[in-house]
Amino acid sequence: MNRTTILLVALLCSLHCATHAQRIKGSDTVLPLTQTLSEIYMNQHPEATITVTGGGSGVGISALLDGTTDIAMASRRIKFSEKMKLKQSHHEPCEVVVAYDALAVIVNPQNPVQKLTREQLEAIFRGKITNWKEVGGEDAKIIVYSRETSSGTYEFFKESVLQNKNYMSGVLSMPATGAIIQSVSQTRGAIGYVGLAYLNPMIKALAVSYDGGKNYVYPSVESAVAKEYPVVRPLYYYYDKANEAAVMPFIQYIESAQGQAETLKLGFIPR
Amino acid sequence: MKKWIDIIAKRVFTVSGFVTSIVIVLIIAFLFAEAIGLFSQPIVEEGYVLALNKQNQVKDLSALEIKEIFDEEITNWNQVGGSDTQISVFRLEDLDKIYTEAELGDEYQFAGDKIVEQVSSDPGMIAFVPESLVEGRTELNYIDDNTIPVGDVLLGAEWFPTATPSPIFGILPLISGTIWVSFFAILFALPFGLAVSIFLAEVANPRVSKILKPIIELLNGIPSVVYGFFGLAVIVPLLQRTFNLPVGESGLAGSIVLAIMALPTIITVAEDAMRNCPRTMREASLALGASKWQTIYKVVVPYSISGITSGVVLGIGRAIGETMAVLMVTGNAAVIPTSILEPLRTIPATIAAELGEAPAGGAHYQSLFLLGVILFFITLFINSCVEVVSARNRLKR
Repeated sequence: MNRTTILLVALLCSLHCATHAQRIKGSDTVLPLTQTLSEIYMNQHPEATITVTGGGSGVGISALLDGTTDIAMASRRIKFSEKMKLKQSHHEPCEVVVAYDALAVIVNPQNPVQKLTREQLEAIFRGKITNWKEVGGEDAKIIVYSRETSSGTYEFFKESVLQNKNYMSGVLSMPATGAIIQSVSQTRGAIGYVGLAYLNPMIKALAVSYDGGKNYVYPSVESAVAKEYPVVRPLYYYYDKANEAAVMPFIQYIESAQGQAETLKLGFIPR
Repeated sequence: MKKWIDIIAKRVFTVSGFVTSIVIVLIIAFLFAEAIGLFSQPIVEEGYVLALNKQNQVKDLSALEIKEIFDEEITNWNQVGGSDTQISVFRLEDLDKIYTEAELGDEYQFAGDKIVEQVSSDPGMIAFVPESLVEGRTELNYIDDNTIPVGDVLLGAEWFPTATPSPIFGILPLISGTIWVSFFAILFALPFGLAVSIFLAEVANPRVSKILKPIIELLNGIPSVVYGFFGLAVIVPLLQRTFNLPVGESGLAGSIVLAIMALPTIITVAEDAMRNCPRTMREASLALGASKWQTIYKVVVPYSISGITSGVVLGIGRAIGETMAVLMVTGNAAVIPTSILEPLRTIPATIAAELGEAPAGGAHYQSLFLLGVILFFITLFINSCVEVVSARNRLKR
């Protein structure tokens, strides 16, 4: 009796899932956004089922390739090689920008430095400037913290601030944003970068200038929305063109005024 | 009936033993196959080429030279064996800064022509572009697509697995980091572990050891990520203050955390070994007038030396293979360490941190498997050393 019930439920579930379920997988940066929005969406549309899993941008896109997800979340643009693989297996990837995320450069609160130019940041992260006094701080060694090479944040920072050059080899790479915050808050000479949503009083964000020191902009949601703050990256959804009809309702919801308002509430920058 | 059960049991054991051994061998074969694949990967990222102006005669560039060119460390072609020309670097992303969408075509069908146009116009240009866009074009020269050399990997001192256009897989900093941190961990854990196990087995009264032993065993059950966070929040700031370091994440923090993690293993195994020392031997020693201490170090420890060494080996194994805790406290800077107070990076931490996003089948992915193989050899080496040592001890007796 019991077994038949379980079987029946499982069967019903699978039938149900086959008609309405959507699977979304990918970047851990986009994960909280998608999770919250999908919960609200499911409350409004009881017939829809959306499962959201993380794993990283690369994981999401390779799942799209295997057909084990309907939408891949990515905190970086799809790589040329990934696009080629998708096209070779007859998938036509479509790209949607769902929100923007700003990166803040952070230092220890005791550090007197308030602002840096992009050129100074590049020199610091590439190991050309090694002492704070070279950029107007105290005489102390600069300890550079970065994310792991696998992270989309690492790639974006490299692209935007280092202009595709490589970090120095002595950079300390931390496995998570939380670890960077912990380390920067307890190391006086530290510098690192985190997503805007992670800023807190344990650390101090720096104003950044991308025009050689004319205008310094402090990272905040307002300055990012006003497109004044320069270190901003788009967050993407990728889906297969053949699957467009199935995934469009949810994507349209994210693009709607309500979806964008929720995006802002979560600390992301709306489109 | 009994006979049948006998036969069936025998068969079941044979089959399961056989299957398990085969599976283990297959896993190792898989590990090696993936790792060796690294050396047949091209230096430049797959699907891309490095295109040069027709006048440029440079053919060979090592991965390190390519990286330094694109980092603008090498700025003249005569530094890499070419003529005296300034190097200018061109990436695919630069294309839509120079040309409008309309010029490139709506499906980028003119992109190849535009690349050729750009590179031909500047004799010092090196362009990193997809192979498919410039396929079969003879107006340009190309850097030879060599495979990654074994020497550059095994003796390379730089680890840049995601550098574009050409990743660098020098594993020397990772190997030295792993050995360095494990060596110090054992240096800390061994005296303390032995002292505690002697205390528990020989000195403490039974009631105390009955309470203490479960507590020590409990340490084994704490997940390593908890040790890692403890290390990051407590040991790292402590070291920073005591040694007045610019940065607390260091090899020393890693080895202290690893020593704490290896202790319970060393203590339990060594203590069990000492308890197994026969009572008759102990009594004989005491009856000959030896003191308690003399009995311990002349009779009990030599008798149980093989048990103690296996405890130490298990401890080392734990230290070398430990991932999460070292990932959090050693700072993961891929440089060859010169002192224990510097940040360093270990093999398991590298695999754990990078495997998640390394594209399956790519060079980065295979390089992580190669690291796995090297870890395998390090443990194999330590295990065989211990085998030799304990075999010699047995002969002596």
